[in-house]
Amino acid sequence: MEMDYAKGILDGSPRALARVISWLENEDPRGLACMEKIYSHTGGAYIIGITGSPGAGKSSLTDKLTHHLRKKGLTVGIIALDPTSPFTGGAILGDRIRMSELSLDPGVFIRSMATRGCMGGLSKATSNVIKVMDAFGKDIIIIETVGVGQDEVEVMHIADTTCVVLVPGLGDVIQSMKAGVMEIADIFVINKCDRPGADQLYAETNYVVEQRSDIKKQSWITPIVKTIAVDDEGVGDMMDAIASHKEFIEDNKKLVGNRRERIRQETLQIIQDELFRQLQEKLNQDNRMEEIVEAIMENKETPYSIMQKVINDYIKLS
Amino acid sequence: MSEKKIKIIVAKPGLDGHDRGAKLLARIFSEAGMEVVYTGLRQTPEMIINTALQEDADVVGLSSLSGVHNYFFPEVVKQLKEKDLGHVLVVGGGIIPEEDIPVLKKAGVDEIFGPGTNTETIVSYIKENIKSK
Repeated sequence: MEMDYAKGILDGSPRALARVISWLENEDPRGLACMEKIYSHTGGAYIIGITGSPGAGKSSLTDKLTHHLRKKGLTVGIIALDPTSPFTGGAILGDRIRMSELSLDPGVFIRSMATRGCMGGLSKATSNVIKVMDAFGKDIIIIETVGVGQDEVEVMHIADTTCVVLVPGLGDVIQSMKAGVMEIADIFVINKCDRPGADQLYAETNYVVEQRSDIKKQSWITPIVKTIAVDDEGVGDMMDAIASHKEFIEDNKKLVGNRRERIRQETLQIIQDELFRQLQEKLNQDNRMEEIVEAIMENKETPYSIMQKVINDYIKLS
Repeated sequence: MSEKKIKIIVAKPGLDGHDRGAKLLARIFSEAGMEVVYTGLRQTPEMIINTALQEDADVVGLSSLSGVHNYFFPEVVKQLKEKDLGHVLVVGGGIIPEEDIPVLKKAGVDEIFGPGTNTETIVSYIKENIKSK
């Protein structure tokens, strides 16, 4: 008999969780059906985002942070993202290499995910996968994004606390001041700080934080933590900084405010995705795409006139 | 529904430290459009099984150059079955003497690919033999 996967997740079955995550990744309708059933059980987990350039040490930090969290008796879900090749559609998901020991810890569930063409550092299904891990009962969920450049800031929308990991030797102060990834940090982590340039990077980052305070009054001053992840140094400080931030946003009702905004964005996105999926299905069923492309190629229509026709034919918004 | 990708774990059980072959295979599978969870060196059967479970793997690919295949490969098959993951395809490669192959297959390893096997062959085999979940 087919397993009741939603019940499986709520009962804490890793197999059920793993299968539903696959459904969500593949946009299998069974995944969404499951989301409906488990949604009321979400909201308990605290979500930590870890982002930074390739090679910054995100996986090692995630591994060590998880060990520390486990010592406190907390259960952890980890989503480790890696990029999908735009040419082959495949991906090498190698973040687990740094988390070998954790594969045996029953309190930790690690899932590698490929971005599958999504920009911004995450994958399309990430938000839903967080929810099922939440419903599964994880106290903390860590999202380790792909290696990012300056612009991939999606993680800030889904995480309660966003940690931006920097490493010495990757650029100068001008780089630091550019908008994007530097702006989204609730916590800066300078990893590999045994490397030359660490002190300078600390000073530059501090300068950015102070400058921000000079321009506009900040209620949260972004702390800068120094770590050497592979030696498990400084990770305790990172934990403390996260705990402080958690306390701050809870005290200032920002947690509720952030989640409100997240619900607004996510709901619109979910509606948009399903709307388009159904529309595309209809267009395929009715075999209209070929004739649409022909008509545009022959200058009989433009994409804009087509858009109007398709909407008139298929969508009823009274 | 978006396209389903084949999820394959590439693991090196035991203590051997040569991973060039395994890394090359990971590349080859990724270029064939698969999502490859590369677990690295020194994997125990328990680690491999847990990874396969969490990742909802379709295939487990085991690489052994140090002669440990006779213990590890069947052990992985056995533990997969115990965890109700019998549908997962198990393939092995590396330095595996011809005479060991029938024994491994009898223990449930689906296929063994020796060094020099055409990579197209491996990719086709996997694509054709994935069991539906």
